[in-house]
Amino acid sequence: MPAADPAVKNAKANSSTRLPELSPQQKIELFRQMVEIRHFEEKAKQAFQQGKIKGFCHLYNGQEAVAVGSISVLNEDDAVITAYRDHAHALARGSDANACMAELFGKITGCSRGKGGSMHFFDVKKGFYGGHGIVGGQIPLGTGLAYAQKYLGTNRVTLAYMGDGAINQGAVHEAMNLAALWKLPIIYIIENNEYSMGTTIARSSAGDPLTKRAGAFDMAAIQANGMDIDDVRAKTFEAVSLARTESQPTLMEIKTYRYFGHSMSDPGNYRSKDEIEARRKSDPIELYKARLLEQKVATEESLNAIDEEALAKAQAAYDFAESSPEPAIETVYEDIWTPEDQIPEFQPSQR
Amino acid sequence: MPTLTYREALNEALSEEMERDDRVMLMGEEVAEYDGAYKVSKGLLKKFGPKRIIDTPISETGFSGLAIGAAMYGLRPVVEFMTWSFSLVAYDQIVNNAAQVRYMSGGQLSVPIVFRGSSGGGLQVGATHSHTPENWYANVPALTVITPAFPDDAKGLLKSAIRSNNPICFLENEKLYGYKDEVPEGEYLVEIGKAKVRREGSDLTIVSNSGSTHRALNAAKILAEQGISIEVIDLRTIKPLDFATIAESVAKTNRLLIVEENKPFAGWGAQVAYQVQRELFDDLDAPVHRLTSLDVPQPYNGRMEQAVLPNEDRVIAAVKEILA
Repeated sequence: MPAADPAVKNAKANSSTRLPELSPQQKIELFRQMVEIRHFEEKAKQAFQQGKIKGFCHLYNGQEAVAVGSISVLNEDDAVITAYRDHAHALARGSDANACMAELFGKITGCSRGKGGSMHFFDVKKGFYGGHGIVGGQIPLGTGLAYAQKYLGTNRVTLAYMGDGAINQGAVHEAMNLAALWKLPIIYIIENNEYSMGTTIARSSAGDPLTKRAGAFDMAAIQANGMDIDDVRAKTFEAVSLARTESQPTLMEIKTYRYFGHSMSDPGNYRSKDEIEARRKSDPIELYKARLLEQKVATEESLNAIDEEALAKAQAAYDFAESSPEPAIETVYEDIWTPEDQIPEFQPSQR
Repeated sequence: MPTLTYREALNEALSEEMERDDRVMLMGEEVAEYDGAYKVSKGLLKKFGPKRIIDTPISETGFSGLAIGAAMYGLRPVVEFMTWSFSLVAYDQIVNNAAQVRYMSGGQLSVPIVFRGSSGGGLQVGATHSHTPENWYANVPALTVITPAFPDDAKGLLKSAIRSNNPICFLENEKLYGYKDEVPEGEYLVEIGKAKVRREGSDLTIVSNSGSTHRALNAAKILAEQGISIEVIDLRTIKPLDFATIAESVAKTNRLLIVEENKPFAGWGAQVAYQVQRELFDDLDAPVHRLTSLDVPQPYNGRMEQAVLPNEDRVIAAVKEILA
């Protein structure tokens, strides 16, 4: 990991609250979540190749430790928002895998009733606010979630994820300025997988590391190794503590790598197979598996059994999605307007 | 009934709704300590404090998106654009997020938000500051677009807009802020989506909105002296369009002139003309005529700008052409 720019005030992110030690069961649960996401994405890839999933489908393979690790330090009533590579965040937040897969298939049982698709998963009851398709466009929204959390005195925080490409959008900088100015309880997480679509970070973003962007706003900044879930957890916990106890934002840069193309329609000509193979050697799931074995938290057999169960769960989600009904065409007119209760004579949904 | 300016009527609506519901807050450039660029928010900071009357940086994408996110979480923000011309910087947030996040989430989210501010031309502020963007927003499903022309409607419609659970674009008119008229005190709501006959007549119907309603009424007064009886319908809400009120009038007068300040291509007036020919073809004694601004960027020069706008002379000429 490159050292953070000293001008960036890492020290501000220190917190007196310490990350609680995980029990063996909790560690195994984190492993399970990563493996389940991996198998979910593999199944989605297969379904896309079979023509059962249409449109754009951005897979998360290689990045699992980022979503699982960072979301694992949240409380249940905190908020999460991300961009279009969003399957893992929903699943890590506890969304039903069947509903997620059904959304990919465009079915009425999907988590957005077949209206969102891969890029627009939502599960508000689980504190998951999407799933957004315009690069960087979700960052002002996440900042607004944190604004409302503070306005309403909830003591909750928001994690707002973006890819490394998003950091060059004006919306991101405008939102970070507002969060720093108004001391909002938000953690901006750049999932730096080194490519904005097919453009390497060296060709897209001036200033390394990306955490330097926080310096202009006098905002705390931390980097984490996205291949190591324990490092992701520790660093995210620092930022979450700062947000919760002092209502201060943090910019995190989590270094990671995606194994597949930007989306399913990406042939990947901009990077070599050797590069991908080399990066697969620091796989977050394999790394954590080795650690659990070394710590004698689990046996090879028990972890293999989890892998089998995750595979079966992904297959069950596939079967559920495939056997679910299509939405009735008439539902195209539903979910446009919230019913009015203060001006009941205005019923736009009937127009 | 007290007489208020359009500006004071808007201020009264904001103040009353903020008193009624503490989830309502106002955010925008210069709304607090400066008392509003057009003084619509005058005195509100003193009354409600900085938690609820919030000065923002010049950062329309940022604060519009932030307010949409806050609305998704249960607040009821009112966002002021110093002028709607500046909303273009926030267009992605309004279109992709405010208008579509409920649909994309399968109905899980609500966005109870009002975007409001001045709009329109005629003040010699040039092409970047003179837009009438109601068509651009009315073209987006799920957005409601309101353009009040009179102080009573400004108050009653803004109160209704703040109480709506859905995203609303509320376009005020810069030239009307000082316009005075009677405004009912206290609880006064005007129904969204309903046009109003502002002048009754029998020879020809004019449908207009915002500043153009005043142009139409002025022209109608002059034409009355020449024995021509004009009915003027103020749309008030652009979308949803109150076609029933238009149809009733056209069925009576059999002639229709549309007056709108927008540039001509594909504006709301084109939609009205389409629906009239489609549904009232047999009622028409003359082709529908549509008067808009000229299809040029707004010039600075005063005489040039007046020529670009659908001014009274052009309205009168158009009426005479239809009746000829």
